[in-house]
Amino acid sequence: MSEDVEGEMSLRIRSAFVAGRAGRSRLARLSACLFASLLLALTLHAGDAAAQRRDLTIGITQYPSTLHPNIDAMAAKSYVENMTMRPFTTFDADWQLVCMLCVELPTFENGGAVRLPGQGKDGGDAVALTYRIQPDATWGDGTPVTTDDVLFTYDVGRHPQSGVSNAELYRDITKIEVVDAKTFVMTSRKLTFNYNAINDFRVLPAHLERPVFEADRANYRTRTLFDRDPTNPGLAFGPYRLTEVELGAFLVVEPNPHWWGEKPYFERIVVRVIENTAALEANLLSGGIDMIAGELGLSVDQAIGFEQRNGDRFRVVYKPGLVYEHLDVRLDNPILRDVRVRQALMHGMDRQALVDQLFGGRQTVARSDVNPLDWVHDDTTPVYGYDPAKAGALLDEAGWSTISRGIRQNAQGEPLRIPLVSTAGNRTRELIQQVLQAQWRQIGVDVAIEVQPPRVLFSESLTRRRFQGLALFAWIGSPENVPRTTLHSESIPTEGNGWAGQNYPGYASPDMDRLLDRIEVELDRERRKALWSDLQHLYAADLPALPLFFRSDVHIWPLWLEGVEPTGHQYSSTQTVERWRAADAG
Amino acid sequence: MLTHVTRSIVEAAVVLLVMSFVVYGLIGLMPGDPVDLMVTADPSITSADVERLRAIYGVDGPLLQRYGLWLGAALQGDLGLSRTYSQPVLPVLLDHLGPTLLLMGASLLLAVAIALPLGILAALAPRSPLDGLLNLLAFASISVPSFWLSLVLIVLFSVQLGWLPAGGVATVGDGGLGDRMVHLVLPVAALTVVTLGPLIRHTRAAMIEALRQDYVRTAQAKGASRARIVLGHALGNAMLPIATILALNVGGLVSGALAVETIFAYRGMGKLIYDSIMANDFNLALVGLLLATLLTLLANVAADVVYAWLDPRIAYG
Repeated sequence: MSEDVEGEMSLRIRSAFVAGRAGRSRLARLSACLFASLLLALTLHAGDAAAQRRDLTIGITQYPSTLHPNIDAMAAKSYVENMTMRPFTTFDADWQLVCMLCVELPTFENGGAVRLPGQGKDGGDAVALTYRIQPDATWGDGTPVTTDDVLFTYDVGRHPQSGVSNAELYRDITKIEVVDAKTFVMTSRKLTFNYNAINDFRVLPAHLERPVFEADRANYRTRTLFDRDPTNPGLAFGPYRLTEVELGAFLVVEPNPHWWGEKPYFERIVVRVIENTAALEANLLSGGIDMIAGELGLSVDQAIGFEQRNGDRFRVVYKPGLVYEHLDVRLDNPILRDVRVRQALMHGMDRQALVDQLFGGRQTVARSDVNPLDWVHDDTTPVYGYDPAKAGALLDEAGWSTISRGIRQNAQGEPLRIPLVSTAGNRTRELIQQVLQAQWRQIGVDVAIEVQPPRVLFSESLTRRRFQGLALFAWIGSPENVPRTTLHSESIPTEGNGWAGQNYPGYASPDMDRLLDRIEVELDRERRKALWSDLQHLYAADLPALPLFFRSDVHIWPLWLEGVEPTGHQYSSTQTVERWRAADAG
Repeated sequence: MLTHVTRSIVEAAVVLLVMSFVVYGLIGLMPGDPVDLMVTADPSITSADVERLRAIYGVDGPLLQRYGLWLGAALQGDLGLSRTYSQPVLPVLLDHLGPTLLLMGASLLLAVAIALPLGILAALAPRSPLDGLLNLLAFASISVPSFWLSLVLIVLFSVQLGWLPAGGVATVGDGGLGDRMVHLVLPVAALTVVTLGPLIRHTRAAMIEALRQDYVRTAQAKGASRARIVLGHALGNAMLPIATILALNVGGLVSGALAVETIFAYRGMGKLIYDSIMANDFNLALVGLLLATLLTLLANVAADVVYAWLDPRIAYG
């Protein structure tokens, strides 16, 4: 933009020189003045442009509910918070576990982890882990981050009324011993393969929050300074700290002078909340925002359209992610109970065509619930290719061999009709439902499409297991996420267990239960990978859910922005925000 | 008059109490609770955590019991906390009320200022080409979806022409009066357009009815000027039904315009109430809806007073 303006103005100046013959010297002086003014204006303009590029405005579609790090898991909160705080451990852009607030991951190999035989839960092994806090880690008010903060965080996490969402993490930690101001030993009663991952142990500032907690422990979650005084500099120790918060509208962060790491480039980052994606796009085009976050922005189909129209003005990056779109199967449905019917449905779906036509091939077709980018993914897991003939043969074999008006029937004359429910208002899912209905019709299956508001689907139909056939929705996971809550028989929601668990299909397989139990405690990577392989093969054979594809995050950046590393998982790209910069920053 | 106003206020209080129960019950009957939403967001949550969180968020008891507890606290001035914003409900509501009143008030005033003359003009020459044109405009205004109009305005004035901001209440870091006014232009324009139609139609209908009355013929017979007949005699009487429509619109002033606020990312009450219902934020949704109800009731009381002022023949027993 600045180059175009400069060119246009230079042309006008040259025209003025050519136009006048009489009074040439006066015109020359006038022109010189004009030229000088122009240069000054352009210099100021260039200065403005440079100043603007020290500001970055990001558009996201959701406002975070609470800003407390350990209460209420939410993508919007995580996105902002990764700029102002850092977890002890996290997954990086390559999906590897790394240290952020700690100096080094404790392992058995480096002596940071020590096995405690027989001291764990139910007589198992426990583990003692030594973490060292980054030596220069300091809260934004100059107070060092110390083990006192760690002990306080542990106190809050253990309190039954503190409202911490991942309370299991704190229950599993049996004690924390302080070695010095920057070193502590954490003992966990569970020795699992991810024993040294404490991603959800987000350290709290004891010097500010302890008085609030001690004053009224039961109501701490409603009195925390993270919500009452969010711009308090002492609440941040990341590269940025919050300086302005407008409820429901925007959050502003500016550099934290006490940040220990690489100096952040941007002097101010504004995170603006625009829930409507059409308005989000319009704001990007009009300059109201500079970029759209991939974590909470446009869907792939919207982004493809945007890229076609504006691909020359913005960089559109598709990052394959861990959001798993699939169809949960109600396994006690008499039709779907037969695995041959489920396999026929898989062969009757042309998932690659679906992905190509609806998403321009930007999504990854799934073999199971394990993402191909995850290191435990097994490429030999059987793929259900599009094969209507095979699907028909399987349905014949399952007793659905008579065809009347294009719909298969069984010996009793019952039609092969399957309800397919999904979320209302989600245009992409509604399109998928229609495509599947058309494809399955080709093999004689009648699909009854139903949509429900997300609240009804997720709060009633799924959790109370009231859906009748197939349910189309997505799971969000993390790298090497053991699917215990979705596949273990103990996780089937029933009235008896208060509808807890997320095994909505009602899948009960002793083999799967054993695999899940073993994977969790297998520390050897190769042996664990073999178990994961078995799990994926079993999943593909039993089909407790019909895999569709893994969603991609779509990041839309200005051409001048560089250094952003999309992650594809729930630990957002902002966890390396200090590396973001303008391309002309040198 | 004083008795009537007092009685209206008491009636309003009773309606408010009934409404609080109805709204609380309706929100409570909706599927899911705040903890269900947390479960959806966090697959690693355990059943023990779910029970613990239900107790913490006070959604583990029967609905009637929870309503009783809420009402008791509300009568003592404690309207509760917003679960979504982790803050007391009232400051959150008041924070959103100001921008909404500004947005809705400005658009209503503008709509009235445009609709009244247009409605009168249409009534003066019914079935004329001018009346036809104004009717066409009115129906277009009634028919156009506000979200579509909002997007069209953004695309035209923000994206194509670059004259006006595409959304928000103010520029982050600015927030001066001029900046706020500039941010108001497009949402006010969108709301004014969609409010105009019904007001033109109501004004036209009321004026046509008034101009048919005997007193208008009498005034004409007495040689009163056209302007005096229209503005002095007919309009005064036509204002009675128009005042009713305007009083009912006051409720809308508080509850906001959801579509326009959403498209323009305008921090207002409509979006706040909608979001709080969707997020099962019981307290916020309840108090927000009750606030809108209260203001509507008060506006109706005010409308009664205006009736008496406009037409002294109206007497209250």
